Amino acid sequence: MNTLADFLDASVRSATPLLLAALGETVSERSGVINVGLEGTIIVGCLAGLAAATFVGPTAALATAGIAGLMFAIIFTIITIWLGADQIIAGTAITMLGLGLTGTLYRVLYGDSGAALTAPTLAPIGIPLLQDLPLIGSALFHQPLPTYLAVAMVPSVWWWLNRTHSGLAIRATGENPAAARSSGVSPRRVQTIGSLFGGLCGGLAGGTLVLAQVGTFAEGMSAGRGFIAIAIVALGRWSPVGAAIAALFFGMASALQFLFQSLDLKLPYQIFLALPYMLTLVALALAKGRYRAPAALGARVGAVDIT
Amino acid sequence: MPPLARTLRLMFVPILAISLSLIALSALLAVSGYSVTAALAALWHGAFGSWSVIASGTLVRATPLLFAGLAVAVAFRAGILNIGAEGQLLAGAAAATAVSVTISPAFGIVGSCIALMAGAAAGGMWAGIAAGLRQQFGVLEVISTIMLNVIMLHLTGLLVRGPLQESTATFPQSALIDQALRLPRIFPGTRLHAGVVLAVLSALLLAWFLRSTARGFRLRMTGANPRAAASAGGIDVARVATSAFIASGAIAGLGGAVEVTGVTYALYENLSPGYGYTAIAVALLARLNPMAAIGSAFVFGALEAGAAAMQREAQVPAGMVGVAEACVILVLLASEWIGTRARGWSTLLWGGAPPQPNLSDPAAIGELE
Amino acid sequence: MTTAAPRLALNAISRHFGKVSALDGASLTANRGEVHAILGENGAGKSTLMKIAYGLDQPNAGTIEIDGKRAVFRTPREAMALGIGMVQQHFALVDALTVAENVALGGTDTFDLKATATTIRRLSEASGLGLDPGARVSTLSVGAQQRLEIIKALARDAKVLILDEPTAVLSPIEAKHLLDWTRRFADAGGTVLLIAHKLREILSIADHVTVLRRGKTVLTSSARDVTEQMLADAMLGATRATSRTPNQAPARIARGTPTLILTNVATRDELGVTRITDATLSVNSGEIVGIAAIEGAGQRELLRVLAGRLVPAKGTVRLPEGVGFVPEDRHRDAIVLDATLTENLALRGAVDRRGLMPWKTLDGIANALLRIRDVRAVDEHVVMRTLSGGNQQKFVVGRELADSPAALVVENPTRGLDIRATADVHAALRAARDAGTAVVLYSSDLDEVLLLSDRVLVVAAGVVRDVGSDRDIVGLAMLDASH
Repeated sequence: MNTLADFLDASVRSATPLLLAALGETVSERSGVINVGLEGTIIVGCLAGLAAATFVGPTAALATAGIAGLMFAIIFTIITIWLGADQIIAGTAITMLGLGLTGTLYRVLYGDSGAALTAPTLAPIGIPLLQDLPLIGSALFHQPLPTYLAVAMVPSVWWWLNRTHSGLAIRATGENPAAARSSGVSPRRVQTIGSLFGGLCGGLAGGTLVLAQVGTFAEGMSAGRGFIAIAIVALGRWSPVGAAIAALFFGMASALQFLFQSLDLKLPYQIFLALPYMLTLVALALAKGRYRAPAALGARVGAVDIT
Repeated sequence: MPPLARTLRLMFVPILAISLSLIALSALLAVSGYSVTAALAALWHGAFGSWSVIASGTLVRATPLLFAGLAVAVAFRAGILNIGAEGQLLAGAAAATAVSVTISPAFGIVGSCIALMAGAAAGGMWAGIAAGLRQQFGVLEVISTIMLNVIMLHLTGLLVRGPLQESTATFPQSALIDQALRLPRIFPGTRLHAGVVLAVLSALLLAWFLRSTARGFRLRMTGANPRAAASAGGIDVARVATSAFIASGAIAGLGGAVEVTGVTYALYENLSPGYGYTAIAVALLARLNPMAAIGSAFVFGALEAGAAAMQREAQVPAGMVGVAEACVILVLLASEWIGTRARGWSTLLWGGAPPQPNLSDPAAIGELE
Repeated sequence: MTTAAPRLALNAISRHFGKVSALDGASLTANRGEVHAILGENGAGKSTLMKIAYGLDQPNAGTIEIDGKRAVFRTPREAMALGIGMVQQHFALVDALTVAENVALGGTDTFDLKATATTIRRLSEASGLGLDPGARVSTLSVGAQQRLEIIKALARDAKVLILDEPTAVLSPIEAKHLLDWTRRFADAGGTVLLIAHKLREILSIADHVTVLRRGKTVLTSSARDVTEQMLADAMLGATRATSRTPNQAPARIARGTPTLILTNVATRDELGVTRITDATLSVNSGEIVGIAAIEGAGQRELLRVLAGRLVPAKGTVRLPEGVGFVPEDRHRDAIVLDATLTENLALRGAVDRRGLMPWKTLDGIANALLRIRDVRAVDEHVVMRTLSGGNQQKFVVGRELADSPAALVVENPTRGLDIRATADVHAALRAARDAGTAVVLYSSDLDEVLLLSDRVLVVAAGVVRDVGSDRDIVGLAMLDASH
C-alpha cells in the first residue's frame, strides 16, 4: 500500500509546521493571549529562514527563523500586554504587517526575476530499523529535524505547563489574572513569556515550511496556517497532546487533497479540508469545564495600573 | 464647540493615521531602494489619475470594502468582534451566483434584486451560526468566525468545481452571469456599477438606523455598556447582540452579492483578496461611524487601486500597501493609548471605558470629582 | 501578656486618595497569641488598613513594625515572606485549578505537587479545616473555598493571619468551626486580625478590640473591658447633634397604598450564598423606607428585588411598572459614559421604545432636567463623562424620577458627593416622596438613613425587621447584637 504510506508521510509533513505553531499558540492562549497575528509571525519566519540559509546551514537557519518570529512577536506583545490594546485588532494589524513586509522585503532582497531563490533544505533523518516499519516507518521515523523537534516539544510543553511553577503561573494567569496577582505572580510578565514563546514557535513553523518542505519563499506562502494553528489549539482543547492529535488531523485533511489528485479522483475533497474546522466548532460548543477555553482569554490585564 | 471645529477635531486622528502610514510607506520604499517619488506618483495616478481611473479603480475597489466595513462597524458597535466578514461576504457571493445562474435572464433587474437579497440572507445565516454558538454555548466569536471563514472558502471551492461549475467543466469557477442579470454600469466606459450607489445608500441607512431608531439606540447602548443597558434600560442585551451579529453578516453578504453581480460576474475561490480583514481597518479608521466609513472605504479603495498601479508602473510590490494599511491600524491604536493617558475619549480599542473607580470601594472615592 | 515586642504594629498610618482621606493616623498593635478584632463602619478605613498590612497598598505616612523591627513591603509577596497572610472577602482562587495547584501558585521552592498535597493534608488535619488536595476549586463550596484560602496562608507559614469578614459567607455551623479554629491558631502562638461586624461573635472570641471611625483609631481595648454598647457607640458615633435638619419624629403613619410588596422572599448573591432567608415587607406610596444594614447583609440583593432587577430565589414580589433605580456603582450600572446626556436620559425605558427615537422631545426633557436638578453641564449634548460625579448622580436621580414612577429604589445615593450635591439629592428624594412615590433608601451611612426615612427596616441575619427609629437600637440591630 504505497499510496497509504505516502499519504501518512505527507500528513506528518503537513502537520509539522502546524504543530510547531500550535504548541506556541497553546502556551500563549493558556496565559490568556490570543494572537491572530500568528499568520504574520509564521511568514516572517519563512523569510528569515530563507535569508539565513544563504549564509549559514539549514539547521542554524531554522533557529534564526525562530528568533525572527520571537522578535516580530515583541511588537505584538508590547502593544497588547504592555500598552493594553485589544488583542484581536492588534493581531490583525500584525498579520497585515507581516504579510506586507515579507512580500516587499523578498522582492527587494532577491528581485522579482523569474528564478526563484532556493535554499538548501533539511534532509530527512532516518532512524535505523524503525524507519523500515511498514506503513508508518517512513511517516514517523524518516522525517527532517523539525518533525522530531515538534514531537519532542509535545511532552516538553506538557511538562512545562503541568509540572513547573512557571507553567502553573501561566495557567493561573489565563484563568484569573487577579487571583494570580494575589498569589505573587506578575500577569504581565507571564503573558509576555507566553506570547514570545508563541512567536518563537511561529517563526520555527515558518522556517520549517521553507527549509524542510518547499525550499523557497513565495509571497503569502503561509497560506492561512496561522489561523489553522489557532483552530488546532481550540480543537486540541488547549493541551499540547490534543494539539498534536489535532495537527495530525489537519495534516491528513490537507494530504487527502493530494491523495485524491494523485488517484485522479474527482471527489469533492474540500469537504475533508473543511472537516477539521467544522469539528473545531463542535468541540468549542461542547467544551465544558476543564476543556473550555481559558477563562480570561483575550481579557485586558494591563487595564489596571499595577504590574 | 461649533460643528465645523468639532468635525475637524474628530477627523484629526484619522488624517494623522493616514499621513503617518504614508510616511511609513515612503520610508519603506526608500529603504528598499525604490524611487519614492516615482512610486508615490504611480500610487496617486492609480488612485486619482483621471475620472475614469477613479471610477474603474478606486470606487470599484471601495465598494466591497464599504459593505464589509459597515458590517464590521455595526457588529463592533454592538460589542461583537465579527472577524467573519470575509466568509459572510463569500457566502453572499455564492448565494447570489447560485440564484443568478439558475433563474431565467428574463427576470432582468428583478432577478438582480432577488440575487442580492439571497446574498444578504446567506451572509446573515452564515453569521447566524457564529451568533448561535456564542449565545447558546458561549463560544468566542473571534475563533468561530475565523473557522467559518475557512469553511466558507472550501465550500466555495467545492461549489465552483461541482454544482456551480461552468458548463465546460474546465475551470474552477461558475458560469458567467447573464448580461441581463448584472448590475448596470453607471458611467459607460468604466467599470463603475450600480453597486456603489447601493453601498452608499446602505451606509446612509445604517447611519440613520443607529442614530434615529429605537433599535439602533438599543444596539449602541448594548455595545457601549451592556450592564447599564440591562440594568437601567431593561434591554435584553443577548438578543440585541445576536441580532446585530446577524445583520452584520447580512450586510457583508450583500457586499459579496454586489461584487459578483457587478464586477466579477462569476464565482471563484479568490473572489475576496482579504476584504473582510481590510474591512476591520476601514471600520476602525471610520471610528465605527457609517457615514465616515464611506470616506474610509474610499481611502482604502484608493490605496488598493494605487497599489496595483504602483506595481505596474514603478515595479513596487503591491504588498507594500498592506504595510501601509497595517500602519493605519497601529497608529489608531497608538493614538487611543495616548488619548487614555491624557484622559481622552472613546476607548473601544482599549476595553470599553477606561478603568473606573469602584464606587463601593471607599479607597477609590478619592478618584471621583 | 507577653514581654516580647508586639508581633505586628501599625503606627499612625495615613492614606489618602486625592482629597479624600481613607486613613488618618490610625494605629493598631497586635501581639502573639492574640485574636484581635477590628471594627468599623464601611468607609471607616478597615479594609484600607488591612490592605496596607498585606502589601496591597502603601501608606502615605506611618510605619509598620514586625516583632519590633521596622518593615517595609510593597507587594503581597514581600508581606508573605514576612509571615503575613490574608484571606480577603472576595477570594483570590483560580476555579479551573485544583486545591493543591492553588496552594502551590506563586511558590518559590521546587515544584512538587505531591509534596504540596502532603502539606495540605497535614495542615488540614492539624487545623481541622478539611480539604481534598485534588479537588477542583470550581467544585468546592464557599466554606471550603475559604478554608483553602486559609490553608494557602498557613502553607506559607503565616504567623499573622488577616481575616476579612470570614463568617459573612458561612453558615452558622461553619462559622463556629472557623472561629474555634481561629482560637486554636492564636493559642498556638499565631496572631489573628479579624475584621468583622457581628459584635456577639467578636466578643465571644477576641482578646483585643480596635475600633476605627473615619480613618482614625477611636477605641482600643482588651475585649473583657468593653460592652457591645460601647463598641456600637464607638463605631457609629454616639448620637450627636447634626448640623443638618434633624428628621421629625415619624409622626406620619404610612397612609399611602402598598406599592412594593415582598412576601417570604429569599435571595442569593453572585456566589450563590443565601443572604436573605425570609423577607416580608411592603413599601407604601408617599413614604421613604430606609434600609439599615451593614455591608454584605443582603441589602444589595434585596434592593434589586425591590427594583425589579433581580428575581428572588423564593417568595413572591408585587411591583409596579418601571420602578426607578439608582445603583451605587453608577458608572457600571446606570450610565453610559461616552453617550450624551440625552442618550443617557433615553436609556431609561429604552426596552419599551418603538420606531423612531424622539430626539427633539428627549433633548427638551434632558434640558429641563438639567435645570430642574441643577446639573452643571454645558447642555444636554455633552458626553456624560464630562460631568463631575456629583452632577452625574444628580442627573441619574433626575432621570429615574423624570416620568414620575410609582416607586424608586436608591442605593448609597450620595456616596462621594459634596455637601451641596448631597443636599440636592436629599431634596429630590423628599420631593418624590411628597409627590406620592414609594421610595426605598439604603445608605451605609446610618445617619443619612435616619435623617430621611419615615420608617426604618433593619436587614440582619437574613431577615428584615422593624425595630423603630431609635439610633442606638437600630445600630445594635444592624450588628445583630443581643438586645
